[in-house]
This record gives sequence, C-alpha cells and structure tokens, in this order.
Amino acid sequence: MSGYLLAILALAALVMHFVGSARARATQNGASEKTHSRPIYHGLNAAIWTGVPAFIFLLLWLAGQNSVINQLVVASFPGSESLDATTRSLIMSEVRQVAAGNIFKEPTPEIQAAVTHLKSLQQISAIAMVAVIAALMAIGAFLGYKVIGNRFRARHSVERSVTYFMMFSSLVAIVTTLGIIASLVFEALQFFAKVPITEFLFGLRWEPQIAIRADQVAGQGAFGVIPVLFGTFVISLISMIVAVPTGILSAIYLTEYADKRFRAVIKPLLEILAGVPTVVYGFFAVLTVAPAVRSLGISLGIESSPNSALAAGAVMGVMIIPFISSLSDDALAAVPTAMREGSFALGATKGETIRKVLLPAALPGIVGGVLLALSRAVGETMIVVMAAGLIAKMTVNPFDAVTTVTVQIVTLLIGDSEFDNPKTLAAFALGLILFIVTLILNLIALRTVRKYREKY
Amino acid sequence: MNIMSEAAVEKALDQKMSDANFKMVGKDVSVYYGEKRALFDVNLNVRKNTVTALIGPSGCGKSTFLRTLNRMNDTIEGCRVTGKITLDQSDIYDPSVDVVELRARVGMVFQKPNPFPKSIYENIAYGPRIHGLSRNKSDLDQIVENSLVKAGLWNEVKDRLLEPGTGLSGGQQQRLCIARAVAVSPEVILMDEPCSALDPIATAKVEELIHELRANFTIVIVTHSMQQAARVSQRTAMFHLGNLVEENDTDKMFTNPDDQRTQDYIMGRFG
Repeated sequence: MSGYLLAILALAALVMHFVGSARARATQNGASEKTHSRPIYHGLNAAIWTGVPAFIFLLLWLAGQNSVINQLVVASFPGSESLDATTRSLIMSEVRQVAAGNIFKEPTPEIQAAVTHLKSLQQISAIAMVAVIAALMAIGAFLGYKVIGNRFRARHSVERSVTYFMMFSSLVAIVTTLGIIASLVFEALQFFAKVPITEFLFGLRWEPQIAIRADQVAGQGAFGVIPVLFGTFVISLISMIVAVPTGILSAIYLTEYADKRFRAVIKPLLEILAGVPTVVYGFFAVLTVAPAVRSLGISLGIESSPNSALAAGAVMGVMIIPFISSLSDDALAAVPTAMREGSFALGATKGETIRKVLLPAALPGIVGGVLLALSRAVGETMIVVMAAGLIAKMTVNPFDAVTTVTVQIVTLLIGDSEFDNPKTLAAFALGLILFIVTLILNLIALRTVRKYREKY
Repeated sequence: MNIMSEAAVEKALDQKMSDANFKMVGKDVSVYYGEKRALFDVNLNVRKNTVTALIGPSGCGKSTFLRTLNRMNDTIEGCRVTGKITLDQSDIYDPSVDVVELRARVGMVFQKPNPFPKSIYENIAYGPRIHGLSRNKSDLDQIVENSLVKAGLWNEVKDRLLEPGTGLSGGQQQRLCIARAVAVSPEVILMDEPCSALDPIATAKVEELIHELRANFTIVIVTHSMQQAARVSQRTAMFHLGNLVEENDTDKMFTNPDDQRTQDYIMGRFG
C-alpha cells in the first residue's frame, strides 16, 4: 500500500520535473527581461514541491498511526480506565493477533468488538492517508507550476532544499548514536537497580550466575567489573606492544626509505590486511598461535593455559598494524618536503631528520592513529571470543587466560536470556562501560591531535 | 732540471692564484632529470667572500645549478649530475665524500621560509646539536645567540626564544632560517630566491644581512629581481635555457654586458 504510494510520489515528482522545465523554457523563449534560473532548476523546484512534503507526511503518518490506533482501540475497550499499562499492552497484542488471523483460543466478545473497531480504524486511516497525500501532491504541483516565471529564483529555492537535506543527513548519525546511548543507559539503570553500582564498579569478583531456585548451591553471583576490565586492559596492552612499534617503523620505512616499486606493492597489501574479517584472525589465533604460545610457555616453565592473553593480544596486534601504519604513513607524508630539505641542508642525516624533525611534526597524526587503534583493540570482539578465556582472572601472566568486556557481553547474551535478570542486564552495563572507555580514548585522541598539532 | 718558460710559470701562478680565490669551481656541469637535460656544460666559479647572483628567466636552470653545489639534487629521484664541482679544490661528487659533511660546509636557505615546527631556540640549536659543535648548554646558548645576532634577529626574539619559530612573521622566519644555516658555521651559504615570499621591508632587511654576511661567508644567491642582484652581489651569472650565458662583475653586467641576451633580459625584453 505505502509502497505503491511511494512509487506514485516518485513518478509524480519526475513528471512535474519535466513539465516544470518545459514551462520554464517556454516562458523564457521570447521573454524581454533576463531570466534568473535555468529551466532545469524550475523543473527541480516543481518536483521537490510536489514530492517532498507528501513524502515527509507519509513517513510521519506511518510512524504515528499505530500508536494512535492502539490508544483509540484500548480506550474503547470496556473497563480500560482501571487497567495498568502491562495489561493494556497485553490486550492490544491479543487484539492485533486476532486481527491478523492468528487465533490461539476463542476470543471473548470484548476482544471481538475491539478487533472490529481496529479494522475499521485501520481502513479509515488508510483512506485518510491517501487523501491527504494526494491533496499535498496536487497543491505542491500546482504551486510549483504556477510559480514558474522569469524572475522566480528557482535556483535559490532548490539550493535551500538541498542544504536542508544535507543538514538532515549529518544529523542522522548523531541522532542514532544518541538513541543507542539512551537504550544502553536505560538497560544499565535497570541493572543497577538490582546490583548496586559501587559493587559493579569496584567489585573484584566477576561470576555472573544467578540462582534459579532460592536454595540452589551455586547461590550468589558476583558482578565486579574490575577483573573483566583488567583482562581487556592486558590484551589491549599486548596488542599495542605488538602493533605500535611495528606500525610506526613500517610507516617510516615506507615513506622515507622504500623505493617506489616496493611501496607500490607493500602499501596496498598492508591495507588489504585491514580488510581481513576478524573471525579469520580468530581462527588463526586459536588454531595456530595459541598452541605455539602454550608450548613456549611450558618450555619456559610458566603456567600456561590453552587460551592465553598473549595469543589473543598478539593476533589482535597484527590486526591493528595496518591502522597505525596507514595513519602514520599519511601523517609522515603530509610533512612538507621543505622540512626535510631544511634539515638535510644543515647536514643532518636521514635518521636525524626522521627522529628530530619528521616524527615530532607528524606526532599528532601518529598519536591519533595509535589511539584510534587502541579504541579498536578495546572494542574488538571476535578474536577474543575465540582465543581468550571465559573466566575472569586478575593475572598479569600473559600465558594465562583472561577474559574481556566484549567476551563477557557475548556470553551473557547468548542463549536463553531473560530481560529481568541481572545476568542479562549486566551485558548492558558492560556495554556502557566499554562505550565510555572508548569515548574517553577518542576524546583524548582528538584533544592530543589538536593540542600538539605543529603547524608547518 | 726542468725549466718552465716564463709564460708557463706565469700561467701556473695565475691558476694557483685564482684557485685560491675560487671557493667553488664548477666545470662542465650538466644535470639531467631522467631523460630531460636541465643544464648544459656550465662552467662557473664562485669567489671567496663574494656574493654571486644567479639570474635568468624561470626554468633556466639557475636553481638547479645552485642545488648541485650542496648536492641537494641527490634527494630528487632520477636526477643525475655530470661534470666536476670542487670545494676548495676537492671534488664534491667524489664517492669518498660524505654528503652530510658537505652540507655542513655548504649551507642553504630556501625560497619559502621553512623553520621547523619547534621553538626559535631549538631551530637554531638543531644544527649545532647534530654536529656536536657545543660541549655544554652555555656553549650552545652562545652559539644560538651569536647566530641570531649575525642574522640581525637577536633583538627581536631574545625574550621569546622558547616560542615556536613558526609564529614569527615571514621576514623574521626567513632570517631565522639564515641564522639556522649560520649556526653550523658553513663556508658557503646558498640562497634560493630568499626574498621572493617577503614584503619590501623584510626584503631590505634580508639584503642588508646578506651584505654583512659576506665578510664571513661565501654566498651564492638565486634571484628573480634584477635590482636585488644589482644591490647585493659583486658577481652575476646569467642563465638561459640551461646554459650559462655570461658571468661578469655585477657593475659591468648591469651597465655594459658582453652578451646581447643579457642586455635584453636586463632591459626586460624577455623573461
């Protein structure tokens, strides 16, 4: 139904475009005064006036009609004033199920009446929608056609519409993010209603079990986030130890030393590395690296587990090398040649020039890249799900298994989850923590880049 | 015993005298950028404690020649230099020469001021540090001060040595770059259109500075401004299409040049 409406809208706008530009061309022919806008703008303007208001109205109507209809139906339900919100929504979903033909039990007469009411309301709504949209289209088309004339500033009008559209596009991502934050905070608050926030933030034990029966032996769970955060920290640290030197050194080599042919081969290869799915890295970590790390640990006489922080961290480090090297590469390449020549002309060697002039000048870009990579390491999920452990242990032994925030979120949400259980809700609190940590990292990255930007 | 003829002795003496006077000697210098030849067998000598100006229309090869004198062309991919260039009679393109040492002796100032994004102090101290010219902090302070004094910048910046060099005005930045070049005590300073990005007042200051620096350094300057060449130099060389057209005393060059092309260029008939 609304699909047909959309198609008709688009068609009408297209037709109005041609009609409008044809009329503009006709009025401009033989006109004595100078015309302001070219015919194509008159056509576009007519199309926009025809299509856009009706389209916006269609979207709003579709978004709003269900809740309005629901309210009307429930209000007409006998004795609805005395019902609470949960019962109302239960009734409403039953009415909708019956209306859709999914009948599980014989509906009561009240429900039957509501269904009839619902159906008539839906019909009215559909007819009203079509009528209003047709009217909007007709008015828009009429005005858009009528307004065409030599002095009408159609180009300005079109440009203004395009500007609004761009503004709207730039707001989409922000509004979505706000929505995500809101839902995270909402669920996390529910969690904090069951588990005190101090216990969550400062607790040293993470055992997210909840007794199914009150007298169960496994009894009390513990929701202390510190060990989980610590695991994330250990794995991220290992990955940064692997990735930062490798990435920066490779960037220096590629920009300053490598000859053109080598660079032409290696740089795209490095960037392909960034496109490898993380689950593939996960296979590599768990099947190849983890056993090797374990046997190394055993031969060194260190307590080692099959899943180690070192294996997950090292593979994650390899995964983020391209980020660091690519961003550092850009930062180094952006340092003007004049800086290099100035240094060479003073008798500096290549190494001195790189260490004392290029790296300081490129530092903001490099730090930005490193922090971006770090926030990626903190939020990385697949590799650690596959290669890191599940038990939250506070250990700095890299050969031992640790768990991370992301791993815990995944395990908490997998399987049979009830949304009134702290075990499930804990996932949202963890998500919130993770979000805050990466947000802070990104803020620091932005600030560092701005503060230490050396203008050349 | 081998007795030379008087003429031969005189000639040898002459040669010796002039070799001693010539700080740098370019013989049959040609430069190629890949397949393209940019300089054709240029023979040009640079005299000690003299300002030599290189003039000529854009693309005539004067900057290219300048950059052969401290081997800055080495950094350009596909660039090849043939012929011979000597500094104090030793070939600077000899494989045994370390280009880093050469550039410490032959400094360079560029067209656009290019101070490092560091403090004024660090800009000057950079060269002395990498060459180990100072034994301690007070030594280094002294070098920085002397260089800034020589560049006529000391009074303007002495109270803000720790502020970034990029915050100075264009003319001050260029004098900072000159001070930076002076700080490593080179013997020759090459200047590639040092005033083309500066306003007339800053230009006058830099020209005055060049004039003073002549006492201690040998200077080669590329310029597009005839007046500047006439004001600051003692010798002038005119390039055209990769060839050296004429090299002469500046006074003679601007009043009565030997070559018709020089005359035309100076009078503004082409270029």
